[in-house]
Amino acid sequence: MMRYSGLRVIKEALSGHKGWWPAWRNPEPAEAYDIVVVGGGGHGLATAHYLAKEFGQAKVAVIEKGWIGGGNVGRNTTIIRSNYLLDGNEPFYEMSLKLWEGLEQDLNYNAMVSQRGILNLIHSDNQRDAFIRRGNAMLLNGADADLLSIDDIKKRYPFLNTQDARFPIKAGLAQHRGGTVRHDAVAWGYARSADSRGVDIIQNCEVTGFRIENGACKGVETTRGFIGAGKVGCAVAGNSSRLMSLANIRLPIESHVLQAFVSEGLKPVLPGVITFGAGHFYCSQSDKGGLVFGGDIDGYNSYAQRGNLPVVEDVCEGAMAIFPMLGRARLLRMWGGIMDMSMDGSPIIDKTHIDGLYFNGGWCYGGFKATPASGYAFAHLLATDTPHETAKAYRFDRFETGRMIDEKGMGNQPNLH
Amino acid sequence: MIIDHPLLGPRDSAEFTYMGDARLIERPSPDAEDAAAAFYEYAYLRDNPAGLHRELWFHEAGDRSWLVVTRNTVTHEIAKVELATDVARAKGRST
Repeated sequence: MMRYSGLRVIKEALSGHKGWWPAWRNPEPAEAYDIVVVGGGGHGLATAHYLAKEFGQAKVAVIEKGWIGGGNVGRNTTIIRSNYLLDGNEPFYEMSLKLWEGLEQDLNYNAMVSQRGILNLIHSDNQRDAFIRRGNAMLLNGADADLLSIDDIKKRYPFLNTQDARFPIKAGLAQHRGGTVRHDAVAWGYARSADSRGVDIIQNCEVTGFRIENGACKGVETTRGFIGAGKVGCAVAGNSSRLMSLANIRLPIESHVLQAFVSEGLKPVLPGVITFGAGHFYCSQSDKGGLVFGGDIDGYNSYAQRGNLPVVEDVCEGAMAIFPMLGRARLLRMWGGIMDMSMDGSPIIDKTHIDGLYFNGGWCYGGFKATPASGYAFAHLLATDTPHETAKAYRFDRFETGRMIDEKGMGNQPNLH
Repeated sequence: MIIDHPLLGPRDSAEFTYMGDARLIERPSPDAEDAAAAFYEYAYLRDNPAGLHRELWFHEAGDRSWLVVTRNTVTHEIAKVELATDVARAKGRST
């Protein structure tokens, strides 16, 4: 693999940029692989990278129905953080944040990991208690958490409307190690690294069925023919139910659409990620200057990758409540992505009842920040047949046994998580 | 989305609360031998199709009736709207 470096950029600049070549191959599928990962998004490509690099798996393929990075890894609002409360979640997300911190060195790829911090605003005394509890849970799991007073917040973010009559800002819980990452570069960096270690990335190859014999998965039928596999790992969040129905598996998942928005480019105004605590609104500023923001899912089953106007209004109301200045900015683009909304708001990384068929999904709208740990844990499961220490709770049977991981306490209503 | 309410005519979907797959009408019997397994499937597992989907919408900001809406999850086009009580009675439920 050609290593990228500052020196290399200078050298290429002086020699007419004739020395660059494609970052990954475009191979024909082989007859069989040890492990086939279905889904060339962030999680699938991360899985392939860690399988090859950390678990010494050589014969691995990633198959993708479209082009890599064309799904949710290119549609999210790029936020990374590990501010979860429950034991089943927090160690996993903290591991993910640690992997983000070393990602660019690991991949030799500039993913623009920017630890600009995330601030969750607090609007009532009860919410302050809940956030102090959350902050303590984070500290106990080795993450960082910092309770900011209203004076700290006014000093750092003078543009916030702290005097809103209905939802005054009382304080905030900050995680200074949180931030944003350039999401496309995550897919490309993992793809390049996996490819250089011998992983075949096969694009424009849609899975049309699983070959299951005597209760064991022998490979996948695809639009480019049968591909044999010792093990098949599915990481296609958003479309998990459609894919797994090919193996007659019903999932504890509904697909919902989440919209995201970006404003016209502005000069630097927003130094980190800020979330509204009384509604659902989160915002950061991209390095190009656009304010990137989003809110709730639309709330009904959808595979449409576009949403409706009531949620646009709701998101913009949340924006105006804390950032009145945002009302002067014009909206540049808006889009939708399809989320695997699980029944408790937490993901699943587990074997299925079919030998050799493994599942990774149910990420709700929190999948991007989980990408490195999800890939690592899924690679661990595929390579060793045992769950990774931090992902042990993400089991299929937790709904049947009552061991749900329900951060918001909403129960089995996916559109409320 | 506009939902053509069987009693009230076309209404904005924002007046409704979405309550998920209409199979939730078919609550399993708590007295059956396999009640625990049946309730697990009932409460947690979903078909989640891409295409036509029968689902419950509750007219919370309206007449508070429950509707069964047949809607395409790929295009958001609504094909059919029924009162949930009619659907439940057709399945032999008393209410």
